[in-house]
Amino acid sequence: MTLALFTEQLLNGVQFGIMLFLMAAGLTLVFGVMGLINLAHGSLYMIGAFICATVAVATGSFWLGLIASLAGAAAAGAVMEIVVIRRLYARDHLDQVLATFALILIFSEGTRWVFGSFPLYLDIPPILQGAVFLPGGVQYPLYRLAIIIAGLAIALGLYLLISRTRLGMRIRAGESDREMISALGVDIRTLYTIVFALGAALAGLAGALVGAIQSVQVGMGEPVLILAFVVIVIGGIGSVKGALIGAILVGVVDTMGRILLPQFFALFMENAQATSVGSALASMAIYILMAIILALKPQGLFAAGA
Amino acid sequence: MADAAHNDTAILELNQLQKSFGALKATDDVTLDVRPGEIHALIGPNGAGKSTLIHQIAGSLMPDAGSIQFLGEEMRSMSVAQRARKGLGRTFQVSSVAPEFSALRNVMLSVQGMQGSSFRFFKPVMRDRSLIDQAHGRLREVGLEDRANVIAAELSHGERRQLEMAMALALQPKLLLLDEPMAGMGPEGSKQLTGYLDTLRHQVPILLVEHDMEAVFSLADRITVLVYGRVIATGSVADIRANRDVREAYLGEED
Amino acid sequence: MKRETIINWVLGLGLLAFPFAALYLDEPFYVTLATRVAILALAGVGLNIALGLGGMVSFGHAAFFGIGGYVAGILSQHAFNDEPLFTWPLLISGTSDMPVIWLVAIVICALVAVFIGLITLRTSGVYFIMITLAFAQMIYYFAISWPSYGGEDGLSIYVRNGFPGLNTLDPLQFFLICCAALMVCLLLSARLRDSRFGAALQVARQNDVRLAATGIAPLNIRLVAFIISAAMTGLAGALFADLNRFVSPSMLSWQVSGEIMIFVILGGVGRLFGPLAGAALFIVLEFYLGGVTEHWQFFLGLILLGVVLFVRGGLLGVLAGRRDHG
Repeated sequence: MTLALFTEQLLNGVQFGIMLFLMAAGLTLVFGVMGLINLAHGSLYMIGAFICATVAVATGSFWLGLIASLAGAAAAGAVMEIVVIRRLYARDHLDQVLATFALILIFSEGTRWVFGSFPLYLDIPPILQGAVFLPGGVQYPLYRLAIIIAGLAIALGLYLLISRTRLGMRIRAGESDREMISALGVDIRTLYTIVFALGAALAGLAGALVGAIQSVQVGMGEPVLILAFVVIVIGGIGSVKGALIGAILVGVVDTMGRILLPQFFALFMENAQATSVGSALASMAIYILMAIILALKPQGLFAAGA
Repeated sequence: MADAAHNDTAILELNQLQKSFGALKATDDVTLDVRPGEIHALIGPNGAGKSTLIHQIAGSLMPDAGSIQFLGEEMRSMSVAQRARKGLGRTFQVSSVAPEFSALRNVMLSVQGMQGSSFRFFKPVMRDRSLIDQAHGRLREVGLEDRANVIAAELSHGERRQLEMAMALALQPKLLLLDEPMAGMGPEGSKQLTGYLDTLRHQVPILLVEHDMEAVFSLADRITVLVYGRVIATGSVADIRANRDVREAYLGEED
Repeated sequence: MKRETIINWVLGLGLLAFPFAALYLDEPFYVTLATRVAILALAGVGLNIALGLGGMVSFGHAAFFGIGGYVAGILSQHAFNDEPLFTWPLLISGTSDMPVIWLVAIVICALVAVFIGLITLRTSGVYFIMITLAFAQMIYYFAISWPSYGGEDGLSIYVRNGFPGLNTLDPLQFFLICCAALMVCLLLSARLRDSRFGAALQVARQNDVRLAATGIAPLNIRLVAFIISAAMTGLAGALFADLNRFVSPSMLSWQVSGEIMIFVILGGVGRLFGPLAGAALFIVLEFYLGGVTEHWQFFLGLILLGVVLFVRGGLLGVLAGRRDHG
């Protein structure tokens, strides 16, 4: 494999990881602050993608679509939180899993009802089309590079939000001591709604950004959701830093595994067999990674509150 | 094993136990023993490291160094369950029972643990006389027999304490580890429990961690005083009352 | 008789009588529906041992369901093609004999459960939920990308596997086999619940610190319960493959884990007949709503949501009142 191909795949892995981070950040915040497992987070991702695709087609502007998906997913998240989710905070994980599983059914089938079963397609905005030349003669799609940069900027923004602002202070207080924060007179219900809507907006943004690379369709959220769970468990539930590192780890291991493992097995197997063994192992790689990490550190890499 | 003469008779023997959390030495070179027929009280101000010490004896914390001999056997690397099977019965600072089970079934579980027979999948426990009879006996011993069929969650605070005691006794322990049994009992309850523990010492030696000084002074054969993780004195009630260091470090604050 | 006992009898006899009524009314399709209920209930009975008695919220039981299914599919494919499974170190050939298939499914699921359990049971709470899910996904992706047994397309069972002395191709007889398997497992789990092991398992859920203090190691108890739970769900998987005469990675998907969990919760967590009540309600809803609108999943979601939010304790909680622990 050439260095150029290697670099390209590595960047693809990072880009995938950044997508996962946008999903995982919301999940890990919601779990850290409210103690809630939200399986319906993938539905918010799907909603973001559908809104972006619809608005982009209607207005002809990807950027309007992007803004609409952010706002729409945040609104959907806020409504979801107020109508359903807030009744679940005091329940056990079992009820949370079941209720949010029910939400997936409602959102997926509802979306299919409105948009039908055919996938929608979203074009990359003209300004981000084409490729850039990176040092070392690597040619890389501009759009994917933009996703990486945007994602890192969002990670930085999230870090500043949590460590430097009043809202962030309350979020951190909510993670460590729920009674204290309400004793301080913070309106905890509003705080929870804001945190949930923030997570929803990030998920919707991820969906919209990916919508221009893949097709937009019902059920697109769940595979990403499960990967995002793997990410937050690896990173340590409740830790945004853990989510970022876990996400990039998962993105890179998954992408590189698919390229490297078949080649690795080809060193001492015949080609057809090496491909099947390698790709079987590659598709399991991140789950093996997770099992190993949890076997060593049962609370993940950066356990919050540990 | 070293100075055999009196240590051979000790039930529990802690030797130079060490446990640190970061820079904090929670257990600092603690050596103490519990002998047959005695109530050995462990006292100390809040934060003295009593809980940390109990965790190490019970097996939920691993000491950094030192030894824990129980009936002449090194216990350091045994799990909580193994230590219980060896004969270490305990009650908890905050009562710990199976809340959804009746008092009787709680004690039956202890009998089952003592018999070491939990991998039986088919015979209903409620038809198992060997469990039921012994459990009733233990409940009778602690005076909880007429509450046998009440769900543990619905027992009063004092009754849950009694239940824990019955569960500990059902293990037929060689040593009882009682973590603040008087807490929240009220003067009348404390008095009753004190009388009960007084009779119990002939059946099983007790390591008693307690804040209630009246109870400690009336019950203890020996007292060990723990301050900042260190043993500052061990001796009879009179020794401890007279000890200057203890008065300064501990009793002084109480007055 | 206690109210729950009466309801259990009604549920059990109702399931048994349903196919006969269907045949009498000349609606043979309903026999298959009842068979589905019996098999899925069995998968739930398995999960209920881990989840209801032991408090282990496994979100990965599809792994065992699917492995059971693949055991049935793979063994019968080898028997059908008359190719041995292995020639070294022993000659092992396929089989189309149900009892043998069940035994293999149970043993393999138990072995996989030992492996998964030893790793996952070190964690608790949400970590346990997620890591069991991850193991199931691992096996799911393995099944998709391993080409020997159909990969993504799955594997057909051309002729339903046989049972000595019975004609399994007759829907009623196959139903009776599944129903018998369900009843035997229900009986086993009733005995297990009331046994010494069951007492320890239930305390492992309520208060594992106390369990250890009585000299019983919680991890061992949980592990054994997890293995038994996996074996029952694996048996259900083998039957499910024979019902559909088809097995595919979808049996291993996380949605299946979610559905098995739904049967248990819908019926009432930890209730003996809860999984049967839950599976029956789920299948009836699916079937009824599916006949009314193609968007039945939307309404199913609404109903499930309503049940979680407003009906505590599941169906049996409503019908029979609070759980009785004696």
